[in-house]
Amino acid sequence: MYHIYCPHCAEYREEEEFHAAGQAHLPRPLDPDSCTDEEWGTYLFFRKNPRGIHHELWVHAAGCRKFFNMTRDTQTYEIKEVYKIGEKPSIVAES
Amino acid sequence: MSDNTTAQETVTPIKAAVMDQLPSAAIQGQSPLHHADLDSLAQQGPKTGGVHLREHKLLCHLTLRCNQGDEAQKAAVERVLGLALPLSPLTSVEKGDYSIRWLSPDEWLILAPGLEAFDIETKFRTEMPGHYSLVNSSGGSTVLELSGENAIDVLKRSVSVDLHASVFPIGKVVSTTFAKSTAILRRKGDHTFELIIRRSFADYIWLWLQDTSREFGLVIDA
Repeated sequence: MYHIYCPHCAEYREEEEFHAAGQAHLPRPLDPDSCTDEEWGTYLFFRKNPRGIHHELWVHAAGCRKFFNMTRDTQTYEIKEVYKIGEKPSIVAES
Repeated sequence: MSDNTTAQETVTPIKAAVMDQLPSAAIQGQSPLHHADLDSLAQQGPKTGGVHLREHKLLCHLTLRCNQGDEAQKAAVERVLGLALPLSPLTSVEKGDYSIRWLSPDEWLILAPGLEAFDIETKFRTEMPGHYSLVNSSGGSTVLELSGENAIDVLKRSVSVDLHASVFPIGKVVSTTFAKSTAILRRKGDHTFELIIRRSFADYIWLWLQDTSREFGLVIDA
């Protein structure tokens, strides 16, 4: 079980209150009507599956019902940081 | 076309239609636990035990969503309720029969006497400026009060949050999972907690509470 810090409630809660909502930072094409099928398909279906640092979107479903981002290590399961929507992660994978 | 536009501009802005859901106490309202007949249980049941349960039924529940950075909106709330919105996370304010609970950075739950719902909602529609949402959710939930020295033991079996007084002081409010349902939990006193539960889960939670509190002895208060 994770013990997750909700940046909106400003405290740690059990994982059962949260839901993972997939990869974070997915910009929707600004003009879907004029983008190519490949661009749209990539946006809609293609996700990263990294070994190591990953940025994810989570929602505090049973609590404040707000979304926030999390940087998590998929290898060690360690939560590196949580940050609000619109903020940039301070920990990123070395490329 | 131009005539129409001019006519519309002179009309007063359309306010949301507000319905008086409970116009008088003479009309019978049924709480989500009506079938449990807590009043009879209070008379016939045991009078001593470690856990006391009381239902505060048919209260006015209003869900307010607005911008916590908007001074005009905060002032309007204070004019209507005589209470300022609690802005720090997980806090609540209470004055007489009125109370406001922080639910999320832009959402609050207001509790007031049931028969005042229409008046309060109407006042909000007149006073509140800007973009906001106010929903009367009175019929959707009910309020239970758990007290007694073992109330905390019952809650420890039901929720995953830490209930120790050092991190869960009087007045703190959390929305959390409760058994297999959800509830809004608030501490009212050292041994007194308030639960706001969904109508559709009221019976499940009533059964759950009876089961969980069996070894301590459950007393129903009217």
